[in-house]
Amino acid sequence: MASAFDEMTGTDGGVRDPYEALSTWLGEVNPEVLEVRRREAELLFRRIGITFAVYGEAEATERLIPFDVIPRILSAKEWRFLEQGLIQRVKTLNLFLKDIYSRREILRAGIVPEDLVFPNPVFRPEMNGQKVPHDIYVHVAGIDIVRVDAETFYVLEDNARTPSGVSYMLENREIMLRLFPELFARHRVASVEDYPDQLLATLKSVAPAGASSDPTVVVMTPGVYNSAYYEHSFLADKLGVELVEGNDLFVKAGLVYMRTTQGPRRVDVIYRRIDDDFLDPLTFRPDSALGVAGLMSAYHAGNVTLANAVGTGIADDKAIYSYMPEIVRFYLGEEAILKNVPTWRCREADHLSYVLDHLDELVVKEVHGSGGYGMLIGPTADKATIAAFRDKIRRTPRNFIAQPTLALSTCPTCVESGVAPRHVDLRPFVLTGRDRTRIVPGGLTRVALKEGSLVVNSSQGGGTKDTWVLDR
Amino acid sequence: MLSRTADNLYWLARYVERAEYLARILETTQRLTAMPLDQSRSTNEWETALATAGCAGAFYQAHDKATEEAVTHFLAFSPDNPSSIRNCLEVARHNARAVRTALTMETWDAINTTWLDLKRFGHKSASREELTRFLQWVQESSLRFDGSAYRTMLRNDAYWFSRIGLYSERADNTARILDVKYHLLLPAHEHVGGPVDYFQWAAILRSVSALTAYHWVYRDSVKPWLIADLLILNDQLPRSLSSCYENMVQNLDRIAAAYGRQGPPQRLARSIRTKLQNTRIDDIFQGGLHEFISDFIAENNRLGAAVTQQYLI
Repeated sequence: MASAFDEMTGTDGGVRDPYEALSTWLGEVNPEVLEVRRREAELLFRRIGITFAVYGEAEATERLIPFDVIPRILSAKEWRFLEQGLIQRVKTLNLFLKDIYSRREILRAGIVPEDLVFPNPVFRPEMNGQKVPHDIYVHVAGIDIVRVDAETFYVLEDNARTPSGVSYMLENREIMLRLFPELFARHRVASVEDYPDQLLATLKSVAPAGASSDPTVVVMTPGVYNSAYYEHSFLADKLGVELVEGNDLFVKAGLVYMRTTQGPRRVDVIYRRIDDDFLDPLTFRPDSALGVAGLMSAYHAGNVTLANAVGTGIADDKAIYSYMPEIVRFYLGEEAILKNVPTWRCREADHLSYVLDHLDELVVKEVHGSGGYGMLIGPTADKATIAAFRDKIRRTPRNFIAQPTLALSTCPTCVESGVAPRHVDLRPFVLTGRDRTRIVPGGLTRVALKEGSLVVNSSQGGGTKDTWVLDR
Repeated sequence: MLSRTADNLYWLARYVERAEYLARILETTQRLTAMPLDQSRSTNEWETALATAGCAGAFYQAHDKATEEAVTHFLAFSPDNPSSIRNCLEVARHNARAVRTALTMETWDAINTTWLDLKRFGHKSASREELTRFLQWVQESSLRFDGSAYRTMLRNDAYWFSRIGLYSERADNTARILDVKYHLLLPAHEHVGGPVDYFQWAAILRSVSALTAYHWVYRDSVKPWLIADLLILNDQLPRSLSSCYENMVQNLDRIAAAYGRQGPPQRLARSIRTKLQNTRIDDIFQGGLHEFISDFIAENNRLGAAVTQQYLI
């Protein structure tokens, strides 16, 4: 694996432009001050209650995501490039979904193999022929991006279902503004704080045709035990809308209502942070206690908008991901601005034999897995693990894709021994409404706090950083 | 507002209030048992504490004897007692988390900090000094929660529902003290009144933080029927039944005005309030103090059910 590109020092050890002021400041600041502020930040997070749940840990049902106080910085130019790429990417996801659930031209043209779509559990036959307002399926997307050198950004993964993390983007900024005003004074950092306004405008713009001019929007959560519950309540609060659970809603005569202290009230747009499977026990999992019976019938009747739409999982499926460059070309006649990580599909014989020969160099992912589980990181895995994975792949090759271990870029990060480079990724949030696409400058930077580690997932011990996009 | 949100706010306030009440009961009982009481008296103050807390049934399912250690643990820390102080604060915080969007930052902070601090106190029974500190802390936490709600929350239905929860609980608590100790307050009791009774009377007043208030209001030595008067009928005492219902009516009326609709809860609350206003303490003794209190507890429960029916489900 090549040595990683550091976003502050580049490859030649100098200081790259966007980091100039930060580098000077890091040189001046007393390490103890950094440590004191780090502890202050942790205290603030705990008091505000910004926690997430880790499944499978009885003791730590509420944990803090470690926060690193050194910001990650992108220049205005870098951001403009990313922004264009993101808009193109999300536009494509929406076109793909519309096509898959109607004419299926992309399948007929043989660009994407049918057997990756129809038997896929995230493909929802219920959506066939379903009209959604303004043909928008993915209203909120989180596109995971990694960087390998000064010029090259890759899309690691599209999140078109219920991407989370935006509350951290906003809270990280709040806390940085509180703790490091002097550092902001040395930069011109583009603001992210209007994200909730942008989100609300997006959600209102996709209200069903029959809704009033001021549609009722709600955020729907699976409840307090969900790992992202803090975010759900945070967003409802910032949007100024109700945070509902399944039991708060009911469907009558094809319309969705919420139970309020003043009786039933009509709901037009549901920003749902609950998986398709649990939305409606009459359509999906009958054992779901989190959903609303009859919700899908109201949806089919066009009386309520779900954001994101049902069935978007087929667009961010890891098996489909590897076809994204072709998909972009097919719908837009353009080359993808943001590249894919080179990907081998084990379903194809020549790819499979390459993967099996190079397991110790590759990252192998299960196409339906998420959160860094069910994944083989070849270079750090021991022989037994590799052998076990080899058997798994041989048994069902189509369930796996493989990618080279990327030398993810690093950013200066506070660690026990002082300030040291750690690997990062970036999740910008892309909002698509009737009128336009909105992206607040920045996103959530996740950082692998362990030396050498490439896994940034919070469920695997990753942390977060504030992401600064410079104004010029 | 969502019915579930209103329900959570109502219970959030109730649980914080209950935690504080339990802390005061424990404190008072501790004090009573420290007094050189006549050994021949059969009353076990710890048994009384359980009854006042309304937890005697649950306690005896797991314990044989109401010892200081067992009762203190049960009422303060036990994870098995759904109404222990610890559980009240846990549930309160759980409810708060579920309705974060309806709370101000300060109110959330008050309950969340309490919950975080709660971890410092172990599950095991503490030494007397530690317990005293704990009970103090519970009361301070409740004050902080109440104060931050009072000072920062918008005066809308979220606030009114939480106040209704608080006054339901407070009225119930005061009524329970009277229910368990009513025999000490009967006028016939006066002639047997000795130092032992004085301690008991003072304890009753302390458990509603009213010992000083009593002297200010009556400018008289402690007389049992005046204690009953203070706790039941006196509007000036924030924990009297009358004062609780004055507030209850006020908050329910605000909701009715905001929603443009009066319902059974408003009517019921007003009738209870009117009864308290038009009754003199002599009438209560004539009709039976115990009966009066039992009726009140039942009526207060009926109002809770009516509020739930109308708004919370």
